[in-house]
Amino acid sequence: MAVPELRHLIDIKDLSLDEIDTLLALGDDIIARPADYQDAAKRKKLATLFYEPSTRTRLSFEAAMLELGGSVLGFSSQDSSSATKGESVADTIRTVQCYADIIALRHPKEGAPVVAARHAAVPVINAGDGGHNHPTQTLTDLMTIRRELGTLEGLTIGLCGDLKFGRTVHSLIAAMVRYPGTRFVLVSPRELRAPDYVLEEIRRGGCACEESHTMEAVVPVLDVLYMTRVQRERFFNEAVYVRLKDSFILDVPKLAHAKKDMIVMHPLPRVNEMSVRVDENPHARYFVQALYGKYIRMALILKLLGRWGA
Amino acid sequence: MKIDSICNGIVLDHIEAGKAMRICAALGLESLDCTVAIIKNVKSEKMGRKDLIKIDEMIDLDLNALGFIDPNITINVIREGQLSEKKKLRLPRELFNIVRCKNPRCITTVEQEADQIFCLVSENPPLYRCAYCDAAYHGK
Ligand SMILES: [Zn+2]
Repeated sequence: MAVPELRHLIDIKDLSLDEIDTLLALGDDIIARPADYQDAAKRKKLATLFYEPSTRTRLSFEAAMLELGGSVLGFSSQDSSSATKGESVADTIRTVQCYADIIALRHPKEGAPVVAARHAAVPVINAGDGGHNHPTQTLTDLMTIRRELGTLEGLTIGLCGDLKFGRTVHSLIAAMVRYPGTRFVLVSPRELRAPDYVLEEIRRGGCACEESHTMEAVVPVLDVLYMTRVQRERFFNEAVYVRLKDSFILDVPKLAHAKKDMIVMHPLPRVNEMSVRVDENPHARYFVQALYGKYIRMALILKLLGRWGA
Repeated sequence: MKIDSICNGIVLDHIEAGKAMRICAALGLESLDCTVAIIKNVKSEKMGRKDLIKIDEMIDLDLNALGFIDPNITINVIREGQLSEKKKLRLPRELFNIVRCKNPRCITTVEQEADQIFCLVSENPPLYRCAYCDAAYHGK
């Protein structure tokens, strides 16, 4: 029998739609029959190598591995030099793969997981590389949409906030343009518009897209409202930030004319762009989104450990 | 040497005028023992002016480096005084350690041993992307 191919997950576009479907279906099955999976990764070890801190993402990976009966090791650092004493990513990977069966890597430099994958004999998962890719966040988003709305096709997705630097938004767009009938509504201040290459990607994908500077006008047409942080440091000028920030804050009155089934998502953590009063609103899905994040990471770990397709 | 009388060798034709020296350097032609003729600013109907390089020996050419510098070059392979093969170049699909990524946030700026790799995304106009960070490179 041929040895199944070693696979990594670096970019959401590494996965075909069929492969994403397979992962989502496995995630559904784990939710439906958790006991069947409690020893699925028994005696396997996940290394979480976090060259910059992201407690939320790291805990999600670790919870996923523990729930599969596996164990975890690794490091997380404020300062990457202290984590590895200036060692190259390649050397760290060569060492760590002696101890672990699968690696989740977060690194402030773009493309660090590509370096890791080129040297690894075990699967590498990109857990975020600077402002570049964060594919498990995108898988989490897709799982949330499919679980909560029952489909990934024919949806109108509103993306709101920082669309210029928001990598979660760019990856979600890259994923959703592949599903038929997707329409995008982009809501951002002019200063934080989606970059041209993202608009070009939407156009090439043949998806409808409109841009708006206010949320109220577009909320009624949306199936998904995806909120992102508008960070103070993204603005050159404090006055502009103060003038704009309120128009991109979601509160309960802005949801008054939403479709009944519309869902509000957010990659978390939030700062002040979403009122805590929205948490109790029936449209809010961002905490259950975090829960789906664990299940989809369980599915991903299982598939990669089993050498995809086996 | 009579320039036209190569017996077994290679003629690089239709080089964009001014690029011959760069190609010599990229292909390491200075270090060859055989005769190499560099002819600059030849009148050409198609191009106005062009450069030509004649190499009086059958050597292995780095087609990637050549295609990267000038994808419009024609390669004429001469055997026993006859034109035996004419090759057109294409843009290389991958640039391996030919250009450096200029994105200051790219891992290749800090990872010493990482090879510099750019992959061809579209040909016309040429667009490459860094295999690590996706930074665009438009050629030249
Ligand atoms: Zn790069």
